[in-house]
Amino acid sequence: MKPPAFRYHAPRSLDEALELAVALPNSRWLAGGQSLMPMLNFRLVSPEHLIDLNRVEGLAGIREVDRAIVLGAMTRQREIEFSPLVRAQLPLLAEAIHWVGHPQTRNRGTIGGSLCHLDPSAEQPTVALAMDATLSIAGPNGRRELAMRDFALDLMTSALDDGELLVDVRIVPWAPGHGGAFVEFARRHGDFAIISVAVLLEADDGGRIVRASITLGGVAATPVRVAAAENCLLGTRVAPEEIDAAAKCCAMVDALGDPQVPAWYRQRLANTLAARAISLAHSRMKTTRS
Amino acid sequence: MNSQHIAAVSEAGDARTDDASTEPASEPSRTITLSVNGRRQTCQVSERKHLADFLRQDLALTGTHVGCEHGVCGACTVWVDGVTARSCLMLAVQTDGSDVRTVESLALDGGGLSVLQQAFQDHHGLQCGFCTPGILMSLTELLRDDPEPDEATVRLTLSGHLCRCTGYQNIVAAALDAAAKLRAAR
Ligand code: FES
Ligand code: FES
Repeated sequence: MKPPAFRYHAPRSLDEALELAVALPNSRWLAGGQSLMPMLNFRLVSPEHLIDLNRVEGLAGIREVDRAIVLGAMTRQREIEFSPLVRAQLPLLAEAIHWVGHPQTRNRGTIGGSLCHLDPSAEQPTVALAMDATLSIAGPNGRRELAMRDFALDLMTSALDDGELLVDVRIVPWAPGHGGAFVEFARRHGDFAIISVAVLLEADDGGRIVRASITLGGVAATPVRVAAAENCLLGTRVAPEEIDAAAKCCAMVDALGDPQVPAWYRQRLANTLAARAISLAHSRMKTTRS
Repeated sequence: MNSQHIAAVSEAGDARTDDASTEPASEPSRTITLSVNGRRQTCQVSERKHLADFLRQDLALTGTHVGCEHGVCGACTVWVDGVTARSCLMLAVQTDGSDVRTVESLALDGGGLSVLQQAFQDHHGLQCGFCTPGILMSLTELLRDDPEPDEATVRLTLSGHLCRCTGYQNIVAAALDAAAKLRAAR
């Protein structure tokens, strides 16, 4: 179908964008458009005003600030995919981005758009939670920062208030030598994931896990960190029984069910993929002696 | 890319169209200036019209096909500022100042087929041809960025396109053949 009628606005600065959002009733931000445009064409949403962020100065780009990587909200997935900085410092994100849609949609889709849209099966929110990303938000009452775990509230529902806008995402890289893996299952490459698993592991010189992050995407309404699974690995050398125990914890997460993918199937997949992702992350770890 | 274009057209936001175009007079529209297949154009366009409809209806460039209008089939794939994009997922007004290329730009100056197009013909890479314009745009991008793609890379590029006729095999063969011919010509 064709989108319903709306008024289109293309502000050039952040201030101008924020002012428009206050002034215009029933408006939506338009980022890369790879989710909002289909929703408009399906007429699932009918805003009176679209505020296009594509011409707003300073919202895109990847930079290193105080050992953290800061990704502007309007940074395209293509730029993330080909960024040497991301590959070197955030290999988990670099791996996950290949699972996002197709090359043709990554050319336009943005990280900020995906984080705010919060599709339960989306890869970027899963990585943001796995890496404890900090989100910087601008609004009519000034700036605030929010951790990803406080940002993703529910199914496609972020903590953004009316008139607020995501400006950038700050991610602190894990120590050199850490191991990470992002694995996903979808019926065809580029389809919406049924589930995905992100794992990060860091060990001491003796090969004992000192830091672990295990996150499931697509299982519940928002990405879930599975602390119980992380605890199964902490202090261990990641023996097969420990991987098994951690994977079992992932299968106990309350899962969404729908006619095509029942909850029990998501939980089984969580078990299998978590075990795979943990093994892979572990094999990618580089400890001085192990 | 085309900053002079952007400057030339600054904020014509509230202009209304009352010419003989397809939109009713009340439809909010804007004036945009963009380059399409190397030709600079200034047009009045409805704000909610997506790029694919604009190319087909306003510019009569019907090579770009419209399948699903939600980003899944890839039939509408064009180039915007040098990279592929779904033209059903962009508003025409967003291309103000941009460089847009469609399948009509692929043929050689004298009208002959491009190396890739010729390979499609040689390998029967199309049957009904509905998916072909989008696939040609994506594969042209691939062959520009990666002169030696392997079969897996070609298939990954094609994962963004649906073809209900060919089973993809002949498209893959055409792409690999075109890549080899382009390398040989270098
Ligand atoms: S018509 Fe645009 S992707 Fe199908
Ligand atoms: S040739 Fe018919 S859809 Fe591809």
